[in-house]
Amino acid sequence: MPNSSAFLLLVISLLVTIGGIWIGQNVNLLPVDASSNAPIYDELFKVLFSIGAVLFLGMLAAVVYSLIRFQKNPEDLEDGLALEGNLSLEIFWTAVPAVVVLFVGIYSYDIYDRMGGMQPLQTNGHDHQAMHQEQRVWGGIGAGPVESDMSKIAAPLKIDVTAMQFAFLFHYPQGDIISGELHVPKGQPISMRMESKDVIHAFWVPEFRLKQDVIPGQPTILNFTPTKAGRYPIICAELCGPYHGGMRSTVVVEEADEYKEWFNKNTKEVISEL
Amino acid sequence: MTIAIPPANENSGKSLQPKGLFRYFSFSLDHKVIGLQYLVFGFLFYLIGGALAGAIRIELTSPMSDFMPRDIYNQVLTLHGTIMIFLWIVPVVNGAFGNYLIPFYVGARDMAFPRLNAVAFWMIPPSGLMLISSYFITGAAQSGWTAYPPLSISTPAAGQIIWILSVLLLGGSSIFGGINFIATILKLRRPGLKLMQLPMYCWAMLGTSILIVLSTPVLAGTLILLSFDIVAHTGFFNPELGGNVIVYQHLFWFYSHPAVYIMVLPAFGLVSEILPVHCRKPLFGYTTMVYSIMAIVVLGLVVWAHHMFTSGTPPWMRLFFTIATSFIAVPTGIKFFNWVATLWGGRISLNSAVLFSCGFIVNFVLGGITGVALAQVPFDVHVHDTYFVVAHFHYIVYGGSVFVIFSSIYHWYPKFTGRMLNENIGRLHFILTFIGFNLCFAPQHWLGLNGMPRRVAEYDPQFTFVNQLSSVGALLMAISTLPFLWNVIQSAYKGPIAGDNPWRALTPEWLTSSPPPVENWAGKAPLVTEPYGYGYKTSSSKTGSKPQEELAEEKQ
Amino acid sequence: MTAVNQVEIASELDSEQATSHEDHRLFGLVTFLIADGMTFAGFFAAYLTFKAVNPLLPGAIYELELPLPTINTILLLVSSATFHKAGTALKQNDSKRCQKWLLITATLGLGFLASQMVEYFTLPFGLTDNLYASTFYALTGFHGLHVTLGAIMIFIVWWQARSPNGRITSENNFPLEAAELYWHFVDGIWVILFVILYLL
Ligand code: HEA
Ligand code: HEA
Ligand code: CUA
Ligand SMILES: [Cu+2]
Repeated sequence: MPNSSAFLLLVISLLVTIGGIWIGQNVNLLPVDASSNAPIYDELFKVLFSIGAVLFLGMLAAVVYSLIRFQKNPEDLEDGLALEGNLSLEIFWTAVPAVVVLFVGIYSYDIYDRMGGMQPLQTNGHDHQAMHQEQRVWGGIGAGPVESDMSKIAAPLKIDVTAMQFAFLFHYPQGDIISGELHVPKGQPISMRMESKDVIHAFWVPEFRLKQDVIPGQPTILNFTPTKAGRYPIICAELCGPYHGGMRSTVVVEEADEYKEWFNKNTKEVISEL
Repeated sequence: MTIAIPPANENSGKSLQPKGLFRYFSFSLDHKVIGLQYLVFGFLFYLIGGALAGAIRIELTSPMSDFMPRDIYNQVLTLHGTIMIFLWIVPVVNGAFGNYLIPFYVGARDMAFPRLNAVAFWMIPPSGLMLISSYFITGAAQSGWTAYPPLSISTPAAGQIIWILSVLLLGGSSIFGGINFIATILKLRRPGLKLMQLPMYCWAMLGTSILIVLSTPVLAGTLILLSFDIVAHTGFFNPELGGNVIVYQHLFWFYSHPAVYIMVLPAFGLVSEILPVHCRKPLFGYTTMVYSIMAIVVLGLVVWAHHMFTSGTPPWMRLFFTIATSFIAVPTGIKFFNWVATLWGGRISLNSAVLFSCGFIVNFVLGGITGVALAQVPFDVHVHDTYFVVAHFHYIVYGGSVFVIFSSIYHWYPKFTGRMLNENIGRLHFILTFIGFNLCFAPQHWLGLNGMPRRVAEYDPQFTFVNQLSSVGALLMAISTLPFLWNVIQSAYKGPIAGDNPWRALTPEWLTSSPPPVENWAGKAPLVTEPYGYGYKTSSSKTGSKPQEELAEEKQ
Repeated sequence: MTAVNQVEIASELDSEQATSHEDHRLFGLVTFLIADGMTFAGFFAAYLTFKAVNPLLPGAIYELELPLPTINTILLLVSSATFHKAGTALKQNDSKRCQKWLLITATLGLGFLASQMVEYFTLPFGLTDNLYASTFYALTGFHGLHVTLGAIMIFIVWWQARSPNGRITSENNFPLEAAELYWHFVDGIWVILFVILYLL
């Protein structure tokens, strides 16, 4: 092969690698990060996006390059090279993806662990677990190490979530508040125990990068720590009937004193906003 | 049109079969007729499924639910998913091309069980019609193509039951087809033909059929249980009666994850047939291609719970399924690198078949990469059940399988009809489809990441513009169908005569007339041991057979 | 580079074996039975998960007695042996003996079905009583359906063996072989079912 095309190839692959990594690091496709595990998530996203962009651009370049470089004119009846394979090449492109996915797998395990996904759920010690002793608690995200130093300062705030067609209900056992909107204080670890009354729903807050199905008959746990004050949508992400698209609510992340105010105000009235 | 040479075996039962166009409407036992029946029927359902997709995209041009009532929207998306998967992709990549090509490739005159084959095809039209008519009679199922209980138990029963029945029928048809393919490939091989000499599509179909035989029955069993829950009020999946809704999901995905490979492995095989011919190069890495198909089959059976990362599965299970799923990228990657290596250094004719195949490579790699991202639990926890997933799988099923189906139609049309398609219209079709497709589905990645869940008729107004962009893409895709339809219909009558082997291809289906005679070859079945023997300076051959090059020159 | 013979028509090899179907039907049947086995596997998996995860709701009854199913197991196992006898008799061209063993097998199968019915009617729970009850009936019912089909097949084979124009002979014994394979399969499933439902 002439040197010029080897050079061209080198340039292309360099461009692809640098371009891919640049895209992955700099193109932000995600909404605000408003919980303690959102930055961790975004870190993972950047890595995955970079790897993906390099791979995709590389394959794209290879295909486009071949189509242009190796095109023939219609009268030409010659065949191409009788290349049937090349062992070292094949080993190379088996090994590289294997290493990449292994890395991605281990890395995302680490991320998940930091989010608290590998935490045993029983340690959350919900009061009402005694009441539901016959029921097992199912997956979700447990209290992670990131929150754990914080939780020494503040014990997790426990909230019971009930999902039904087509609304979420939030019950604060401490003040016996029932609310249609989720109010949480900023920086405080939250531990939610969720159960559905009818069909499967899912609790999703895009800004928290968290989602957990709410399942009838199988309570699930979801822990998180909000970090940015604001109002974020709570979205039902599991098809649950005609009004599935309308099954939304809001999570209000407030400064501690605002939250206290809200809490006190509603504790007296017992039932509000319903 | 080339005159079909009379079959070798004059007084065989098949000569009693109807002739002419009518045979396509009959209970024909000829594998080629059945293959085309699958293809045409599948395409009709693609148009219907596409029209439903159009309805979805129209509804989503505005953030309110205004084009149709909400429950109708759910029916439409359920029908769209079910039709596209069970009546378009699966029957076409397996049934249509499998039936047409496999007997040629193994050197047989028909499938192992022709009667079973015809039965398998004729199970499809009634179940398809049943499924669609349910919309008009009782209202179709409205719990998505996944039919998760308890929603599928609590929505109107009639539509759901019809849905179950028709999916059961379609599953049965696909099991019969799978049995037939396994028997044909393993047992009907022409004497002297070794397994490792088979064209790659045979391996793909063998792998697919193994998946079908192992996983479809589980879906059948599950749906039977579900129908009991609906009709007899048992409580398998009904938590009120002590049942467990997650078990359904495990059983469902035990079929439906392999089903995605049932949709794509045959497409892989077809690309492996098309690229070498038009690149005039042997398929790169035949042996590793075979092993990677088998690796995908094995891995494909043990990754199902990656659809259930938010369903409360225990952590160890999430971890296992993350790793297993990610590793599917390795054998799949091998296949893609091999195709690029096949292109590399070839003498490529840039015709519609190649364009669609290369479009497939590009789209699928993107869909596969988002797939590997989805396989990472922490990543999936955010984007599960959002438009990111919708984008992922349309990149794969449309950008992958549908592109390959188009590519295959461009490649085999001369064999099917004896006439050539119009290349320029074909290229136009490709360009429109490629642009429309990417415009439709690329923005959906962003939608999903930013908070738009799937299966909704109404959404946050901030997503309006991007949704409209996507709808324009869908419109382009719909428009792109028109040149294609015009091309295939008018070329059947007016296209230039193709001759036996217009591509100078080496695989056995090109060694007979176009269209082929009833028993495939006028004389003995040829023994093709080098289906990809391009680039060798062929000059001699044994026992009076014609080398390919000579055959090809005769037709020029 | 070596010349490659891409196409070769080797007439001595091409004996048109490719289109005759003697063995392939049995091969197809085996493939089908694998598929059928997977349906059962799905049911078993569901049952075992239910058992592991879902406690019996308070007040629900799910009790199984052992004697009847044990007899059933013996009935089926013996019937497998008698079917085998029928097969060997046919191989020895002894159609009469073959027919006799077939009838015995069919009787044993019907006996199984009858005693299964007895069990159904004496059980303290019904189809919709609770999760395990439903799964129990689904599994045994699906299996019973297979036994019923098998019994019908045996009668058909017996009928064919009886007919004077030799529909089944020692050369053309596919129907018998198919029915026998199927019957062994159904027995095998029962053994697994017996272990999982009654013993575990
Ligand atoms: C033909 C159909 C098809 C195919 C082939 C695939 C292939 C893959 N899919 Fe996809 N998938 C679907 C159809 C398909 N999928 C559908 C329909 C759904 C939604 C179902 C529903 O809920 O309705 C879905 C959903 C889905 C989910 C669940 C998402 C969710 O609901 O939250 C996941 C998660 O892991 C996933 C992963 C994958 C992976 C890892 C692959 C892999 O096989 C991809 C492998 C390919 C590549 C990776 C590209 C080529 C490789 C290289 C170039 C090598 C280098 C690459 C790397 C090192 C990364 N898919
Ligand atoms: C398997 C193959 C497949 C294919 C090919 C397609 C093709 C398309 N799909 Fe779909 N899709 C699915 C499988 C497929 N889909 C599945 C499994 C789901 C999930 C369902 C669920 O959630 O349960 C889904 C869901 C789905 C959604 C999400 C719905 C929701 O969650 O709310 C959307 C939204 O944009 C969509 C769009 C499209 C579009 C625009 C096309 C286009 O590519 C279609 C292009 C084709 C045409 C436009 C046809 C052109 C012809 C005409 C218009 C002629 C007129 C018709 C007649 C005369 C009858 N699909
Ligand atoms: Cu609740 Cu969707
Ligand atoms: Cu999957």
